[in-house]
Amino acid sequence: MTAQPSLDATFSALSDATRRAILARLAQGEATVSELAEPFAISQPAFSRHIKVLVDAGLILKRVEGTKRPCRLAAGGLSALDEYLERLRQAFDQNYRRLDRLLKNPPARKDRSP
Amino acid sequence: MNQLKLETEGDTHIVVKRRFDAPPEAVYRAHLDPELLREWLLGPDGWTMPVCINEAKPGGKFRYEWSNGKGGGFYITGEIVSLEPPRRIVHVERMHLPDPTPDNHVETTFAADGSGTLMVMRMTLPDEKTRAAMLASGMDRGMEASYARFERVWAAKGAR
Repeated sequence: MTAQPSLDATFSALSDATRRAILARLAQGEATVSELAEPFAISQPAFSRHIKVLVDAGLILKRVEGTKRPCRLAAGGLSALDEYLERLRQAFDQNYRRLDRLLKNPPARKDRSP
Repeated sequence: MNQLKLETEGDTHIVVKRRFDAPPEAVYRAHLDPELLREWLLGPDGWTMPVCINEAKPGGKFRYEWSNGKGGGFYITGEIVSLEPPRRIVHVERMHLPDPTPDNHVETTFAADGSGTLMVMRMTLPDEKTRAAMLASGMDRGMEASYARFERVWAAKGAR
């Protein structure tokens, strides 16, 4: 399960409204850390932590250009997520296959309405 | 023909469709009767549902707890909003990880389809912050869809 830490990181990165807003802004194109921070009334260290979470989760890329820190969305940052979705689609599928079998061979017991 | 379909709809919905070779009465009951639920609502192999409570009445509560037998587990709590046997179940649920996820409003319908049943489960995720941020930005819908699905599907990790 090598994908697990990355999935956990992706999930916790996406679980915060500020970080989702940062991703939404970056979907429009590259922006520097200070440009990204502008709309938010939070301290610079707090904002930097949000950026770090997104970088660590592989969702965004940050580089250094002089005093600027341009960020952009990482291509494929959500691929782990997509894989996970596929696994869960399979989990649904497994459930319903089990239900198929159950419906075919209902357990022997007194009938009662739920 | 009984292939599962899992897709997004609009900005906050997820729709699951599946056909069963059994009448609506049976499929409906399998979604409410704890004795039946713990036989199938388990997700990947290796998971069990040690706690499965469903009051199965309008306003009733339910609680499902899953365990992988290795110390891993989580639970869902919810309330039944309305029941129209055997064709419709409306409920609200949230996942505890242990912090609760936003409420997921779920409408499940069971329509007779020949000798079988076509089930449609429509989930509505109320995450308006996410939706607002995405709409404001005109962000690629695919990503939002992934996130919305992920949230829901995460809530069902190993469970559905």
